[in-house]
Amino acid sequence: MATQYLDITQEHCPMTFVKTKFALSQLRDGDILEVLLTAGEPLENVPRSAREQGFQILSIERVDAAVHKVTLKK
Amino acid sequence: MADKKKKLSLIVFSGDYDKAFAAFTIASGAAALDYEVNLFFTFFGLDIIKKKRGRHFLGKGFRARFFNFLLGGRNNLPLSRLNFAGLSPLLLGNLAKKRNVAGVDELIDASIKLGVNFYACETAGVILALQKDDFIPEVKKIIGIGSFLELQEGGTTLFI
Repeated sequence: MATQYLDITQEHCPMTFVKTKFALSQLRDGDILEVLLTAGEPLENVPRSAREQGFQILSIERVDAAVHKVTLKK
Repeated sequence: MADKKKKLSLIVFSGDYDKAFAAFTIASGAAALDYEVNLFFTFFGLDIIKKKRGRHFLGKGFRARFFNFLLGGRNNLPLSRLNFAGLSPLLLGNLAKKRNVAGVDELIDASIKLGVNFYACETAGVILALQKDDFIPEVKKIIGIGSFLELQEGGTTLFI
């Protein structure tokens, strides 16, 4: 089990989703992915889409006023 | 798999830079969100998927070769408005890059890596005298409207 990190706070649609998808595709069973993202579109859709693709959402934490951290598990 | 994958199909008719930008933004975003995505390139849209990206005399016969030369290939896609002899697409591309927004080439690469399905229109290919080998290798097949209708069945289809 390994933990991977992804920062998409500087990305814009659709690369927020594209980079997350690439990162998710690298995970092996049991691996964790921590994603830093901004509120709005990424925060609403990245966890939802990951859940739909069978990933488990372990937590969603607010890092500061603009940034959130989503922790996912395969 | 219990749930059927969601599906999005785009008819990419336009060869305009801004519309290619829109088409590949939608295609790569949808593929990243786990949609099956089918792109059906026809008429001017075929210019986006030519293997030779610059202005080339492609195809057979003088008229087809000249028309393909006029179209200009992926490196010369015009803006649908305010093109200014090809200056504006460069300006828009630079603006996007400066603001860290993916450009057309990056979105096409992402679409390919995400497994978006590319198809070229048979009839438009006949008119422009283009064959499968004139297109990028990611073009799976040259198909007609019957096959496309079959592919898009049960999903959402957009015309760009």
